[in-house]
Amino acid sequence: MELLTNQVLAGIATGAIYACMALAVVMIYQAIDHLNFAQGEMAMFSTFISWQLMQWGVPYWSAFLLTLAISFAGGILIERLLFKPLAKAPVLTNVAGFIALFAIVNSVAGLTWDFTIKQYPTPFGSAPFLGSQLISTHQAGMIGVTLLMLIGLYLFFQFTRIGLAMRAAAALPESARLVGVNTSWMIALGWGMASAIGAVAGILIAPVVFLEPNMMGGVLVYGFAAAVLGGLSSPLGAVIGGFLVGVFENLAGTYIPGVGNELKLPIALALIITVLVFKPAGLFGRAIVKRV
Amino acid sequence: MSAAAEDAVTEAPAAVEAVPKRAMTLGTGTSLVILAALLVTPMFVKNFVVFQMTMVMIYGIAVLALNILTGGSGQFSLGQSAFYALGAYTSAVLMENFNVNYALTLPIAGLVSFGAGYLFGKPALRLSGIYLALATFALAVAMPQLLKLHFLEHWTGGVQGLTVMKPDAPFGLPLGQDKWLYYFTLAISLAIYIGSVNLLRSRSGRAFMSIRDNEIAASAMGVDVAQYKTLAFGISAGITGIAGGLSAIVVAFVAPDSYTINLAIALFLGMVVGGVGWLPGSFVGAAFIIFVPNIAESISKGLSGAVFGVLLFLVIFLVPHGARQVAIVAQQMLGKLKKN
Repeated sequence: MELLTNQVLAGIATGAIYACMALAVVMIYQAIDHLNFAQGEMAMFSTFISWQLMQWGVPYWSAFLLTLAISFAGGILIERLLFKPLAKAPVLTNVAGFIALFAIVNSVAGLTWDFTIKQYPTPFGSAPFLGSQLISTHQAGMIGVTLLMLIGLYLFFQFTRIGLAMRAAAALPESARLVGVNTSWMIALGWGMASAIGAVAGILIAPVVFLEPNMMGGVLVYGFAAAVLGGLSSPLGAVIGGFLVGVFENLAGTYIPGVGNELKLPIALALIITVLVFKPAGLFGRAIVKRV
Repeated sequence: MSAAAEDAVTEAPAAVEAVPKRAMTLGTGTSLVILAALLVTPMFVKNFVVFQMTMVMIYGIAVLALNILTGGSGQFSLGQSAFYALGAYTSAVLMENFNVNYALTLPIAGLVSFGAGYLFGKPALRLSGIYLALATFALAVAMPQLLKLHFLEHWTGGVQGLTVMKPDAPFGLPLGQDKWLYYFTLAISLAIYIGSVNLLRSRSGRAFMSIRDNEIAASAMGVDVAQYKTLAFGISAGITGIAGGLSAIVVAFVAPDSYTINLAIALFLGMVVGGVGWLPGSFVGAAFIIFVPNIAESISKGLSGAVFGVLLFLVIFLVPHGARQVAIVAQQMLGKLKKN
């Protein structure tokens, strides 16, 4: 029993990483209706910016806020420069664009900051949390920040004018335009917000997985899986999905014989697909009904 | 809770423009010129270039298979590398462990992959769009790990992979191994290309395309949607398997890490660059994914990824519909010239 509790706790701790990433994925999916494959790389780049700022002597929290602002602006810039011109192109062309962005960001980060692994500071400390050996204060802080972001996003989308406009622009672009919503800028705003959330995720994850240009590769896969499992239309679902994937992965690694580290990912994915076969829109997503 | 239960209602997306039959292929004249060029070129270039051209054709077959699935039936797959790996391993294991003739392993590789694709297509029926992409992605991620499994090591060679004997030209033909394999691949590519074009023009092809354009309308017209969707998956996987088998013969080596998700992504890029739904474009796309990374590397070693990304952006900015768009524009210009 104790093994089970411990494994679940450890799963929740890793799940927080996935939840963070999944939240960023859902954000951009809401805004632009595609999965952005470059999301992880953008988050990695933001994390490097904050690291660089700290190297230059900027204190942690100032660097954090500055990075959020830079990432927000960067996200909007990328949308305006690279993806607005592709708005009318086929979906698959857009996906190719994401892959291109992935390659560019990864390569530029590698050249600027090289591929050596870097330590990244945490503001929460890394002592055991409430006497548990499995969850450190950093991981608890990470879970806390993720939940705070979730609440913040919920409030933003439900109770602000601009949040409502963004939802309208994503759900029914034509009608939104008719009532005077500037849908094009809502998409840019979505990119900015997703990029900023990604930056938070990156900064929280970096102390755990260490900072290097390929740090997001594995995390992004789990983030996507978590977002899809929770339902791409639900930020809450994405966070719950993140925790579920973390726990699944740990339990499968512990209890199914012959599953080493290498088979963890395929098993977690297989499980998610099994769930999807029964609930094709994810656990918390809305089924889309088409009017014909 | 009520929000989740309430169904979101959206308008059906505007129908995709139908592809006119003639636009799907090249004209007879153009085809013959290209074929002649392909037959003659190996006589004048180095063996390494011949090898690269062979690889372009092999990737071209795999991109073509994805094109049948995505451009034909409107389903998306990031798992093509898994079927490619399955085909490659089937051929390699048959050649090395059972001494089967290399040419005979190809139909078997195709059949095995067809079966796997068909079976995978069954549960995947429930999924579409992004969700299907994730499911196929999982397949691509799992495949290299499965090939490394311990109890299969006796056949697959585990992490080390398998080395395969490169076949010589038969009947004492005066051709080197590379040149012989080039013509061998060319013949198979041609057969698959012609077969695929005819498939898409057949009753089944029309069923695929009707599903792509509007699933509900297709089923209302009496198309067995589930049957044709899984069939498209199976056929696409089967052709990819043949490409994989060919690659095992030509490269003379298979290893789990040659068939990662990166291969699936490359094949996807090849399809987009070549033009989704335009079969001749598959080979243009294949050339792109083979040569452009090399070009990027030669421009800047440290920034090769960035250069590749920028080149890719250039292509999709200039021609969002891929090589097909170039072909259409060229055709129109030729038409104008003829009129004048």
